[in-house]
Amino acid sequence: MASLELKNVVKRYKSQTVLDDLSLTVADGETLVLFGPSGAGKTVLLRLVAGVIDPDEGKILIDGEDMTDVDAEFRGVGMAFQNFALFPHMTAFDNIATPLEARHSSQGVIKAGVESVAKLLKIDHVLSHKPRALSNGQKQRTALARALVGSPPLLLLDDPLRNVDAKLRFEMRLELPRLLHDRGATVIYVTQDYKEAMALGNRIAVMSQGVIRQLGTPEQIYREPANIEIARLFGDPTINLLDVKPARDAKGIYVGLSNVQVHLAGAFETAVGRECVIGLRPEALSFAGEGTPGAFPVTVEAETPLNEKIVTLVRTVRGREILVSRPAGTPGQAEGKAHIAVDSKSALLFDHASGERIGANKVVNLRSGEAA
Amino acid sequence: MEHTSLLERILRGIALTLVVIFFMFPIVWIFMMSFQTNETILRIPPQLVFEPTLANYTALITGKLTTVSGTLDIAFMRNLWNSVFLSVTSVAVALLLGVPAAYAFARHKFRGSEDIAFTLLSFRFAPALLVLLPLTLYFQKLGLANTYFGLIWVYQLICLPLILWIVRGYFEDIPADIEYAYRIGGHSWFATFRKIALPLAGPGIAAAGLLAFIFAWNNFVFALVLASADKQPVTVGALAFITSSGIQYGQISAAIVLSITPTLALALYAQRYLVEGLSLGAVKG
Repeated sequence: MASLELKNVVKRYKSQTVLDDLSLTVADGETLVLFGPSGAGKTVLLRLVAGVIDPDEGKILIDGEDMTDVDAEFRGVGMAFQNFALFPHMTAFDNIATPLEARHSSQGVIKAGVESVAKLLKIDHVLSHKPRALSNGQKQRTALARALVGSPPLLLLDDPLRNVDAKLRFEMRLELPRLLHDRGATVIYVTQDYKEAMALGNRIAVMSQGVIRQLGTPEQIYREPANIEIARLFGDPTINLLDVKPARDAKGIYVGLSNVQVHLAGAFETAVGRECVIGLRPEALSFAGEGTPGAFPVTVEAETPLNEKIVTLVRTVRGREILVSRPAGTPGQAEGKAHIAVDSKSALLFDHASGERIGANKVVNLRSGEAA
Repeated sequence: MEHTSLLERILRGIALTLVVIFFMFPIVWIFMMSFQTNETILRIPPQLVFEPTLANYTALITGKLTTVSGTLDIAFMRNLWNSVFLSVTSVAVALLLGVPAAYAFARHKFRGSEDIAFTLLSFRFAPALLVLLPLTLYFQKLGLANTYFGLIWVYQLICLPLILWIVRGYFEDIPADIEYAYRIGGHSWFATFRKIALPLAGPGIAAAGLLAFIFAWNNFVFALVLASADKQPVTVGALAFITSSGIQYGQISAAIVLSITPTLALALYAQRYLVEGLSLGAVKG
């Protein structure tokens, strides 16, 4: 178990600033997911923590101890690389054994340690193979086993599921949280897959261009994204974004959708009269009968069943396209005219110019049950 | 490959035979000449059938060269030993110095690293004759002229850049993440160099070493100027066969056969590594 603290870390390559004055604290035993597009600086951040590259400015503290100038081999972290980085001239067993060998453990201890972690990850039958003879999934598990075998208090996982097929990724997404939790290690997990981020993280740090844009629980990131960009990155199908100009009447604040006044429940006083973008999650929209208050008319364009849910593409009176998602087996409409109702509590408003969310800190955090 | 017609295979066979004959003929001819006397060699037209003689080899091994104008002492076996000693030691020294240097140039971008690496390569650009005169003067001052030490030093001009630049490419081809992974596992940089970088660059190092050996073995001009008879390699020693009473073709051929044998044997033995090593860098695995 170990806590991690980054203080004002800056990393530049030539004239390009890869990490810009980044500070971050990860609590003991926590799993923090670094999420962001490629080039956001996630991998660089991980390597700084591992100690294979040095920051230009700032400090890195592990368990309160300044590790900024400590060499990688003395930091006691475990790391799994996106490209696996297995040693091609060693068998899977020897690959996994390397962190134990570094501690001069006895042969018996090494054998026991490798075999137990291999069994856990279901690669005990391929331990005598060289990496060349392993499938991608086995390589990934070998790399993970090598990171885990020494029971490092701080575990760095750089998008370990990136290069494995979809089925295995799905399996591992279910297995990994339990596996990581059981080992009690502090974990930093890098991914570009929002589902992985939501499934694994106690907290998610959304990065872009070397800066953490938002740090919060998966719930917070999903329900209260800091800006349009983050709202767009999380969620499948993508959030519907429509230009609106909120106004006020006797019943409160409303926006005009297909010439219907749709009242919003959030604290959006500051948005009145401004150019805004409304964000509506596809699952916050539902088909409704004509005459339902706030329901607006649309034309159904296409319906796509996706096993557990059905996504319908509809067009508003003004020709804007909207995606509506509903659980499979619930009634909907496959064609013709329809009406769409909005779950007004989950509507998000963003400033049109800056992309920042309006009326922050008012959405209820479902997990903790209190206003975040 | 499986779907070649009979005609195609015959044509390919003929083409290969022609190529082999073209390239092997000089070597075969020299091999045949080495078993003939000067008279049979110079007969016109040349004869394919002759009475083989071992006289040339006997002369080389005993060191007594009999010509029409008397008996000459030649130090061919001594030259052969010099060649072996100089080449092996030079390559060993170059590997010892060049491989760690190549690793440093590949992995650590320090101030002026490119300039230093390029300067080392530029030793190969300069014609040897350009540096020979100052080298000779310096070596005489320093007492290095006509010593094995001095020759091995000068041979580094041939071997070191070659090894440095070839091996550097191999180190650069090893993904840095593999070495990072070993470091993070708790190993020192030196252990990483020994256990990860060296084995992975192994074929490249072997190929570079072999190439450097061949270049060192074939060197002529440095040894000609900087060494006297007892330190000279075969390349210079072969000059002794151009005698006052004519060129001793038979002995020269025998000397060539003897002097290409070590490199040929080494190249044949290491052929697999050489091809693998020199082409591995091109198609990254």
